[in-house]
Amino acid sequence: MDQRLLHRQFDNGLVLLGEHMPWLRSAAFSFLLPAGTCFESLGLDGLSGMCSEMVQRGCGDLDSREFLERLDELGVERGSSITTSHTSFSCAMPADVLATVLGLYSDLVRQPHLPEDQIPDARQLCLQELRALEDEPSHRCFSELKKFRYPLPFGRISQGSKQGLERIDISAIQSFFQENYKPAGSILAVAGNFQWEEVCDTVEQQLGDWQGTPEVELPELHSNYGSLHVDHATNQTHLALAYDCASYESPEYYEARALVGVLSDGMSSRLFSEVREKRGLVYSVFATCFSMAGQGSVMCYAGTTTNRAEETLQVLLETIHSLGDGITADELERLKNRIKSSLVFEQESSAARSSQIASDWFYLGRVPDRAEVCARVDGLTCEILLEHFRKYLPKNFSLVTVGSQSLELPEGTA
Amino acid sequence: MELLTHKTGAGPEIVVLHDPAAFTASLGWFVKTGARDESLEMAGVSHFLEHMVFKGTQRRTAEEVNRELDHLGAQSNAYTSEDSTVFYASVLPECQAHAVDLLTDLMQPTLREEDFETERQVILEEIAMYDDQPPYGAFERVTELFFGEHPLSTRVLGTTESVSDMLVTQMQEYHRSRYTRENMFLVASGKIDFAQLVDYVSQATADWPSKPAVRKPLMPTYGSGELLIERESTHQYYAAQLWPGVHCNAPDRYALRMLCSVLADEGGSRLFWELIDTGKAETATLWPQFFDECGCVIGYLCCAPEDAEENEEISRNVIEQTLREGVTQKEIDLARNKIASSLILSDERPSNRLFALGQSWLNRKNYEPLDVVLARYAAVTADDMMQVAEHTLRRPCATVKVVGPAE
Repeated sequence: MDQRLLHRQFDNGLVLLGEHMPWLRSAAFSFLLPAGTCFESLGLDGLSGMCSEMVQRGCGDLDSREFLERLDELGVERGSSITTSHTSFSCAMPADVLATVLGLYSDLVRQPHLPEDQIPDARQLCLQELRALEDEPSHRCFSELKKFRYPLPFGRISQGSKQGLERIDISAIQSFFQENYKPAGSILAVAGNFQWEEVCDTVEQQLGDWQGTPEVELPELHSNYGSLHVDHATNQTHLALAYDCASYESPEYYEARALVGVLSDGMSSRLFSEVREKRGLVYSVFATCFSMAGQGSVMCYAGTTTNRAEETLQVLLETIHSLGDGITADELERLKNRIKSSLVFEQESSAARSSQIASDWFYLGRVPDRAEVCARVDGLTCEILLEHFRKYLPKNFSLVTVGSQSLELPEGTA
Repeated sequence: MELLTHKTGAGPEIVVLHDPAAFTASLGWFVKTGARDESLEMAGVSHFLEHMVFKGTQRRTAEEVNRELDHLGAQSNAYTSEDSTVFYASVLPECQAHAVDLLTDLMQPTLREEDFETERQVILEEIAMYDDQPPYGAFERVTELFFGEHPLSTRVLGTTESVSDMLVTQMQEYHRSRYTRENMFLVASGKIDFAQLVDYVSQATADWPSKPAVRKPLMPTYGSGELLIERESTHQYYAAQLWPGVHCNAPDRYALRMLCSVLADEGGSRLFWELIDTGKAETATLWPQFFDECGCVIGYLCCAPEDAEENEEISRNVIEQTLREGVTQKEIDLARNKIASSLILSDERPSNRLFALGQSWLNRKNYEPLDVVLARYAAVTADDMMQVAEHTLRRPCATVKVVGPAE
C-alpha cells in the first residue's frame, strides 16, 4: 500500500490535499471552511449552523431542489457539520463523478443564493435540532459540558441557542458568509480513486480565483472548572467529566492518547472493566481526547440510574487515578495492536480517510503517514506512559450531570 | 469475489465471500434466534444471552475474552433483533485463526450465576437508558399494538420485569435449544483462508448440541388504532406508525423500498420537501422492515408539539396523493440512483459485506451479487410501486404518539 500525501497550496490560501486509494471504487472529500461557532457574532448563537443550512438552499445555476436532485442523480452521499472551528461539507461518491461534485460544491461555497424567503424555514429547522438535543440527555450533558468548561467564543454549541437563532436575519447570514466562507484557512481533502491532475485542474478552475482571508483572531482559551447540574426528569443520571491533557498538536499527544486508550479503548479497557463488567453500574461508559485552541481535554461519559450515580462517579475517578499505579505491558501491547489495525481499517473507506487528512492538516499543518504513526506508537513504553501521567496528573476537572439529582466533585479533586 | 460454502453432516454451515485483494477479514456467527422466539415471561432472553456470551467459556474467563478481542485489534460487537443474534469481528487476515477460535468458543458460554447477576444490572441500565431517549418506547409500544399476540410484538430488550425475574437456568435451557449446529451458521468476508476455516470449525463444533430449532411461521392479524404516551421531559413531539408490509422474500420488496425512498428519504423525497426543508419537522421518514412470513412499513415523525396536527395531515395527504396519482419516472430514477450508490459504497468494506451476506443467508439461504441486486432495483416500475403501495400504505396503521405535559 503505497501512501503518499498529494498537496497543493493555492495563492489564495486554499489547501488542497489528496491521498490515492486506487483499490476503491469510490472517492470522497472533506471540505473545511473557517466558519465554526467560535466566529459567530456575539448574541447570534447558531449563526454558523443556520448559514450552512442556507448555503445549501440553491447555488450557481441551480435552485435548492435542483441541487439536491443533481447530487442524487450522481449518487452522492453527503453530510454537513459544524464544529467550533469549521463548517464542513463531506461527500462520498462513485469515483467517476468526483470532478462534477467538486464543481457543485465550489458553487455552494462561492455562489449560494441565500434566498431571504427561506430564512424562516432554515430557522425552524435549526430550532428543531435544538429541541431534539434537549430531549437527548446523553448528548445534552456533553453540550452543557462544552458551554460550562469553555468560555465564549469557544463554548458555543453547534445547535446555537433559541435566543440566538431567533435574532438571526438575512443580513447576519450574508455577513457571516462573506466574512468566513473564504479560501484562506479552508482545507479541501480528497481520498479514494481519483486522478490528481484532474482534481487539481477542477479546483484551480473553480476555486483558483476565489479571494479573501477571514478574521480569525481569537482570545486565549482559559477553561472553567467545577460542577454543574442540569435538572432533567430521567431514570438515569448522565455524567460528563473533563480534565486537562496534552492537545493534538502537542509533541506528547501520543502519550496522552495512549493513556486514554488504556482507560477506554476496547472491552478490556479499565473503564469498561471496572465500571461496567465488574460492577454492572452502566451500559455506556467511555473516555475520549478532545482538542481546542491548543488545549486538550479528556472527556468521559457514564450513564447510570440515579441511586448509583455517586458510586459511578467515585469508580470513574478511582479508575482514572489508577493509571498512576502503572500500565502493564499487556495493556500497552493490546493498545498498540488496536491502533495499528485501525490504520488498516481506515484504508477501506475513502470518507474516513479524507476526513482524517483534513483534520490532521488543520491541527498539525501536515499529515502523518501510517509508518510515522506506527513508529510513534511503537516507541511508547509503560515507563514513558507512567512518567507522562505523573508529570501531568489529571487536574482542572469539570463535571456536568444531567438528571434528577446533582453530583459534586469530591473534595480534594483538583 | 467468490462465494464459497461448506456443509457436512450435522455441522453448521460456512458461507464465505472471498476477496483475495481485501486488507481485512470479517467473521460472524449468525444464530437464528431472537425476540420472536421467546415466551412472554422470558422476553429479552436472546439479548441478555448475547451479553452473557462474552462472559467466559470452559477455556476462557470473561477477562480473557475481552483481552483477546482487544489483542487481536478486532473491531467486534454483537446485536440481537426480532429474529436473529449476531456476533462478529473484523481483523487483519493474519489473525483469522485466532479470531475464529475465539468467536467459535464464545458460542458455548458457561453462563455462570454470578456473571448473570452482574450483567442483569447492565441490561437494566440499558433499558433505563433507552427509556430516557426519544422516542421513549414509542417503537416498542406501536409494535405491540400492531402485532398484538404475534411473537413479533416481543421487545428485544425485554422489560424491567421480565429481565429482573429471569433465572440463569432458564437462559441455560434457552441456549441449549437455540445455539445448535442446525440453527447457526458462520459467515466470513474479505481475505479469508477458507480451508483453515472449514477445518477448524468442523472440529470445534463437533460436540455442539444438535437439534433443529423450531420457528412456526404465523401470519399476524395486523392491529391498528392509536395510543398516547405522556412524558414529563419531552420538548419535541414523536409519533411512530406501523403499516402492513411484505415478507423478506417477497418479490415486491424492491418496489417497497423504492416507494419508501420516493416518499420519505432523508434528502430529497416528498416528505423531505414538505416537512424537513420547510423546517416543519425534525424527522419525517418511512422505511420497510422484513420478517420471515410478514413485514411492516415503519413511519417516524418528530416535530414541535404545536405543529404535530398540521404535520400529520401533510404526511397523510402525501401518502394519499401518492396512492391516487402514483409516482413520476423522475422520482423512480432518483430513488434507484440513491439506493444503488448507497449499496455500492457500502459494499466496499468487507465488514459491510458480512452483514449483507449473513442477512441474505438468514432470509433465503442464498446470496445475490451486488450487480444482480442492482438489476432488481433497475427493473422496478411505477406500476410495481403502486401495487405494493395498495397492500401496504393503503391499509390501516397503528400509531403511538409521545407528548409532553399539557400546558
